[in-house]
Amino acid sequence: MKETDIKDDLASIRSLMERSSKFISLSGLSGILAGVYALVGAVAAHKFLETGPAHNLSFGGDTYPGYGPNSITVLGPLVLIALAVLFVSILTAIILSYRKAQQKHQPFWSKTSKALLFHMSTPLVAGGLLIIIFIFRGYYGIIAPACLIFYGLSLVSASNFTFNAVKSLGLCQIVLGLISALYPGYGLYFWAIGFGVLHIIYGSVMYLKYDR
Amino acid sequence: MKIPFDKLDKAFENRLRLQIMSVLVANDRYDFNSLKELLDVTDGNLASHLKGLEKEEYILVNKSFLGRKPNTNYEATAKGKTAFTNHLDALEQLIKSTKT
Repeated sequence: MKETDIKDDLASIRSLMERSSKFISLSGLSGILAGVYALVGAVAAHKFLETGPAHNLSFGGDTYPGYGPNSITVLGPLVLIALAVLFVSILTAIILSYRKAQQKHQPFWSKTSKALLFHMSTPLVAGGLLIIIFIFRGYYGIIAPACLIFYGLSLVSASNFTFNAVKSLGLCQIVLGLISALYPGYGLYFWAIGFGVLHIIYGSVMYLKYDR
Repeated sequence: MKIPFDKLDKAFENRLRLQIMSVLVANDRYDFNSLKELLDVTDGNLASHLKGLEKEEYILVNKSFLGRKPNTNYEATAKGKTAFTNHLDALEQLIKSTKT
């Protein structure tokens, strides 16, 4: 056995231990794009709140739209914007990850991506359902903080199966969500920071570190 | 200078066996098809080396059914994990001794 053999052995062990337990085809670019979509969505929501039927109500604030006659007309478009941003972001992430996996000749739908998906969707689905229940019960102030906190939890839980940077992103979202709970009425701004700015920062870091 | 070749585990002389073992040490359990996909090897090759590791009692085999499809899971035994760590230590020593 030669020294180069040993080094090859060790290198293959290291790469396999990582590849077998972590999904490493996440693309930094999809993080950046998700952030951009979120900022666009936030601007659209802001415009709507300023000029739409809801200009005298603050989203997620002390004044609950639920008490007015316009609650559905106010909330409906906001929920639609949020869902559209979510849908486009997920689609982008899937397409870019798929492409990256193909470039690296790695399976996209593998044991690790399944584990990643499961651990990510558990807190996300629980949180999403809780938020829907809150909306129907009229607790609008809880929406923005709850979205950020549950999204953060799902990232932390998923991070065991992918890059460590995802864990930091998750922790930041949780902290931001808690702060946002302290400042009712500014939900949209915290959303823009959490889903927009933080995603762009995370995406850029990932892109510089792993994509090039 | 004495090079400690004798400390290397014979069972891991084959690269594929070492690779299988590193996957099973990093994960609680792994199924046959995922292993095959990850290591990019043929059924027969993988099966024969898994058999070898099983004979050494380094891995445990769990056979079950997912619906109608047979699903074979593998996990590393305590003995296998110790052997793997010792083998890595020996490799490390070899590298150190060749450098000095």
